Formats: sequence, C-alpha cells, structure tokens
Amino acid sequence: MNYIIEMFSHEFMQKALIGGVLVSLCASLLGVSLVLKRYSMIGDGLSHVGFGALAIASAANIAYITPVEFAIPIVVVAAFFLLRISENGKLKGDAAIAVISTSALAIGITVASMTTGMNTDINSYLFGSIIALTDKDLILSIVLSAVVLVMFVLFYNKIFAVTFDESFAKATGIRANVYNMIIALLTALTIVVGMKMMGSMLITSLIIFPALTSMRVCHRFKTVILFSAVISVVCFVTGLIMSYVYSTPTGAGIVIVNLCAFLIFALIGSISDKISAKNNIK
Amino acid sequence: MEELLKCENLSFSYENTGVIKGLSFSVCRGDYLCIVGENGSGKSTLVKGLLGLKSPAEGRIDRSKSLGKGSIGYLPQQTPAQKDFPASVFEVVLSGRLSSRGLLPFYSSEDKSIARANIERLGIEDLVRRSYRDLSGGQQQRVLLARALCAGKTLLLLDEPVTGLDPIVTEEMYRIIYELNTKEGITIIMVSHDINSAVKYASHMLHLNFENSFFGTTQQYIESPMGRYFFAESNSLIRTEKSE
Repeated sequence: MNYIIEMFSHEFMQKALIGGVLVSLCASLLGVSLVLKRYSMIGDGLSHVGFGALAIASAANIAYITPVEFAIPIVVVAAFFLLRISENGKLKGDAAIAVISTSALAIGITVASMTTGMNTDINSYLFGSIIALTDKDLILSIVLSAVVLVMFVLFYNKIFAVTFDESFAKATGIRANVYNMIIALLTALTIVVGMKMMGSMLITSLIIFPALTSMRVCHRFKTVILFSAVISVVCFVTGLIMSYVYSTPTGAGIVIVNLCAFLIFALIGSISDKISAKNNIK
Repeated sequence: MEELLKCENLSFSYENTGVIKGLSFSVCRGDYLCIVGENGSGKSTLVKGLLGLKSPAEGRIDRSKSLGKGSIGYLPQQTPAQKDFPASVFEVVLSGRLSSRGLLPFYSSEDKSIARANIERLGIEDLVRRSYRDLSGGQQQRVLLARALCAGKTLLLLDEPVTGLDPIVTEEMYRIIYELNTKEGITIIMVSHDINSAVKYASHMLHLNFENSFFGTTQQYIESPMGRYFFAESNSLIRTEKSE
C-alpha cells in the first residue's frame, strides 16, 4: 500500500493517472457505439493518421503549438473522411481505411527518420509512455474529455438510436448523419488525447476492449455502457501500476490487462449463458 | 375517406437505372396496402421515397396534413448487426419516441408510458426486461412493431416484416398487423414477398413491375391479368405440393 502511495507521489504519475482515467472513460463510452456499428476500424485508422500528424509536427517543430494541438484538426478531418468511406459499402471501406492508416504510418516514420531520427519522442508516440504527458497536454486532455463526456450524456438517447437502427432513426426524422459525425468527432478527440500515453499502435484497444468485455456479461445498453466505463478505468489503473512496477511501456501493459479482463468475462458470460439456457429448458 | 398519400406519375432511379416509372397510386385512411413485386422492382426504393428519405426523379408525393411529424411508424428490415444487439426491450421500444423529443436530451414520463402502452398492446410485457439479442425472431419483430407504434400510429410502413420467421410466427405477425388495421384503424403499407398472404389480408394491392405496375383493390387485382398470372401460379404450386 505504501508502495502505491509512493508511486503516485510522483508528479508524472499523478498526471498520467488523471489524464489516463479521463481518456479511458471517454474511449469506453464511445467504444460501445463504435463496436456495435462495426466501426472499430475507424478508430484504428484515426490513430495511425494521428501518429503521422504527431511525427510531422515534432519534425517541423512549430513554435507555440504542441504536436498534440497540431494533430487535432488533422485527425478530426480524417474522422469525417473515414466515416464517409465506411458508409459507402462495407468492403471497399475496410480496404480504404487500411490504405489510409498504413500510408499515414509510413509517412510519419519516414519524416521522423529523415529529420529527428527515431528518438524517444517518436517511440512514445508509437508505443506510449507515462512520462510523456506535459502540463499542457494534461489541461488539454481534461478539457477535451469534459467535452466528450458532456456531449455523450446529452446525446445518449440519439447515439443509442443511430447505433441500434440507423434506417429507423432516419425515417422518423432524426438526422442520423449528424450524430454519426458527432460520434466520429468525439472519437477523434479521444484518440488524439490518449495517443501520447497509450501509443498510436495501441490506443484502439482502449476503445474496443472495454466494450467487448462488457458485452459478454451485460444485456442492456445502459449497463453495457456503465460497466464498460468501470472496466476501462480499472484496467487502466491496473495497467498503469504494472507499467510503473515493471517499467514496461504503459500502452502495452494496459492492453494486456484489458485482454485478461476480456478473457475472464468471456468465460463468465459463456457459463452464465449456459446456466440460463438450462433454466429455460426446465 | 381521407386521402393520406397521393403519388402521381412517380419515377425513381437506383444507381442510375430507372426502376419505377410513371407510378400513380393513393392511400386512404384505414387502407391496408400491400406492395409486391420481384427483387429489384423498386419496393425498397419506393418505401424510402414514401418516408421522404429519397426524392423521386419525377412526379410528386402529396402527403395530407394528418401525416405530419410523429404520425408515421416504420418497421425496417433487420440488419445482421441488430440481431445480437445488447439492449433491453424497453430501451428499444422507447427509442421510437425519440423523434418527438426534438433537441431535448431525455425522455419524459409521458414517453415512457406511451412505450409501456405499446408493449402491452403487442402482448410482450413479459419480455420488457429481457435483452433484445436473446429474443426469437418473432419476438424481435413484435418489439420493433411496438417501437414503430411509438413513433407514429396514423400510418405504419412495414418492410418485409415476416422475413426469416417460421410459418406459425409469420401467421401470428400477419394477424397482429391485420388487427391493428381493422380494430385500431391504423393505415398499413406493407412490402411483402408473399402474394398469397398479401391477397388474404390487404385491401389494396400495388404490384411493381417496371413500366406496367398494377394498383387497385385486392378484388380488382385477383381479377386482373397480372393478378391472375401471379396469384394463380402460386396457388397451382400449392396444389401440386398437396398432390405429391
């Protein structure tokens, strides 16, 4: 216990904890909708585009703008673009997202190695680092997370409607495309904020894993969302502590904890399904 | 009878080929119209047009004043993603009230009681707390029908509501829709593949067939060359099955 208190007496750990909890919360809420809409790939595409933008920004070394601030507009534009692609035909969209994300990654790495070299900055953009968060990043992540959380609560019922049945929503006069855009926009913000800590290779897991884990055991949309938020925060804190103790990359540690949680709840889910199936037969 | 919908000389194109040409028909309050036709004859396109999601290439759709906001209920075809969706029955039915909320973020207690009333109306009270993904196909369709009634109950637009249901549940579904029409006076427009049941329940038929579509009462349809051709064909099929 003392060890944990000592751990969080470091300033960088406090920053990582606050920033990380907020990002995991946002990611898990949006993740439920993205996974159910079969939009998981958009998150992946966005994080790679984000990496490209961060790498270019740190190479260009623009005054007064942090790389994260530079990446925000680019990732937001990419989010709208990817959403449009995946709305026009499933298969083509998948391929297009793969093309965009690998291209962005390649451009980012090439630019980085031609200028600054593959230094620790680039490494942390790829795989995440708990010491990467600056004060400015932290403030930005608090503001953006607040925006995401407030918008999510306000649009909760609409997000449910367009996630469950877009054609019904459209037919009854709900502007489904607007809400899809809002989901994509919030996802873009979450990814940019979380990327520095989680790494762009792994940030998607923060979106997908908690939703999938929660869906193993929860049966209502509201409980899926709430439980996914809890799982996400618990897994984040566990992963953060692990990465401090064993000095492994933060992102990777959090993904592994999430994987374990998923496997455990998948098992619990299948057992309880079998029990309820048996009860139904009786 | 009040005319709810009037379509004149309607044409729709789909992926740059015209599927519906010069179509005229009208729907009065209390009608039960079945839209039949082959795959690719533009049934879904027409439904989108009636819902106002797709504008016709030519012609016009006149909606009466009583078909304003909150009067049309819609039962779309299910998507594969929906079948394993983790949501409770109540959450799904309640979402039918969303369009009446406008920009307000949360449901009122009136919305909830309307949702409950429609759940009772379709006899699915015992499913309220169940998860949508654990229901059978027929139960899922009832839930979606309750949601459609929450959205509007002047006109119900049903897009192939019995697809994938077994014969008994199919018949049950048809009976529910028929009762909504006859007992509650809800106007029905249903897209169907099943000409026999269409003729059995509907008051009017619209058979889409590119440039020679048929529109009229069911009696006229049975007596028309087109109706005789399709209806007799499906009946003779039944007879040969019986003789085997």
